[in-house]
Amino acid sequence: MAKHLRKPVEEVPLDATFEQLGMDSLDGVNLLFEIEDEFDISIDDQEAKAIKSIPEMVNGVEVLLKRKAEAPEAAPPTA
Amino acid sequence: MIRVAITGIGVISAIGKTTPEFWDSLSQGRSGIRPIETADTSTLRFKNGAEVPNYQATDYFDEKQAQVYDRFSEFAVIAAREALRDSALELTQAMKSGGAVVTGACVGGQTSEDKEFEGLYRHNRNRCHPLTIPRIMANAGASHISMEMGFQGPGFTLSTACSSAAHAMGLAFWLVRSGTAPVAITGGSEAPFSLGLLKAWEAMRVVSPTTCRPFCKDRNGMILGEGGAMMVLEPLEAAQARGARIYAELCGFGMSSDASHITHPSTEGPSQAMLRALNDGGIDASLVGYINAHGTGTDVNDPTEAAAIREVFGAHTDQIAVSSTKSMHGHGLGVAAAMEAAATVLGMHHKLLPPTANFTEQDPAIQLDVIANEARAAEVEYALSNSFAFGGLNATLAFRSV
Repeated sequence: MAKHLRKPVEEVPLDATFEQLGMDSLDGVNLLFEIEDEFDISIDDQEAKAIKSIPEMVNGVEVLLKRKAEAPEAAPPTA
Repeated sequence: MIRVAITGIGVISAIGKTTPEFWDSLSQGRSGIRPIETADTSTLRFKNGAEVPNYQATDYFDEKQAQVYDRFSEFAVIAAREALRDSALELTQAMKSGGAVVTGACVGGQTSEDKEFEGLYRHNRNRCHPLTIPRIMANAGASHISMEMGFQGPGFTLSTACSSAAHAMGLAFWLVRSGTAPVAITGGSEAPFSLGLLKAWEAMRVVSPTTCRPFCKDRNGMILGEGGAMMVLEPLEAAQARGARIYAELCGFGMSSDASHITHPSTEGPSQAMLRALNDGGIDASLVGYINAHGTGTDVNDPTEAAAIREVFGAHTDQIAVSSTKSMHGHGLGVAAAMEAAATVLGMHHKLLPPTANFTEQDPAIQLDVIANEARAAEVEYALSNSFAFGGLNATLAFRSV
């Protein structure tokens, strides 16, 4: 997150909301892009809109990773 | 009608990354045509182009900006910054509120488009970078200029292939002349060196395997170029009142369509564009002393353009010096007309007309007074800059010395 926002890591508290971090909509789509790449998951547009903070984001990624582990054949192709 | 002055010029090109460097090369007849470096030419029949040398976006933009820009938008903003700085214009709130940004672009964000689509088609990726759309849209250059300068008046991008920037500058000129906009930043930008587009040009069989030699007997095609060129236009009276350095007056604009063939030019279309530019500016044809030709160096363009010039000027043609600066900065498609307008205006300002570089022996079928290889000292009252696009869409700009 710190690298993505070009901030020192100590300025990105783990419980921060995206608003507190000063993220705009472009930062948001870039972050989604990088998370999808990093974890090889696909994030639904509507679900992504509900995520407003780092804890919610981490939780969301964990849910998707669990879903992937349970049904790997259903995961959409990513590269 | 308001008379319109050119008070600022910005250029980034193969022959100079600033206007003074650009002019230095033009005045020395130094060509920027070299082996292409930013695209892999191993499968191409041509290997040479006119690229901006040693270009690093990070020299001009921070990381966050660079992420949103395609190379062609970067060139637009870099040229606009220099033009505005060069004009020494202090922007008032009224200028910002009504200021126009009108740019030309032919192929838009090709660099990004090619890279992203290569990922999909060749590397089986399933998605594009999320900023692909704002990078590739052809109006991105105009948008980023208006954002950076805070111009909130008319803003748009014209795409008429090789005439794009001429149409853009002509309309920006009319916006200022009519009083619609108190100031305008106008010109063009292009970055066409991506493999897909180069292969498409290769298939047209109009690109030279060597270099660009307009009007020569042994010419064998055009050479692609890239970069950005922008001008600041403002009312002549306002420019004089603030003691601005005035390069020239932009005084006429003419457009026409061949309405004949998608790639083969007519003489009637180009001659109509020149005539309309003269009429638009109320210019006596016998006072025109220089024409910066479209002069692509292809088999078809050069003699057709020569015939069109003679159709307009008759016997006075022999008194007009002609050159094609594409022999130095390459054919930059959407930026070409803006670079050529800059070359014309700088030549008028410095009383030194830029030459046609790489010149060998004149094609006997072309009866023009071509400035060959070395710049020519001359004072001209009026000059024209021609642009004739694939698709037969023609535009001519007319300038007056101040």
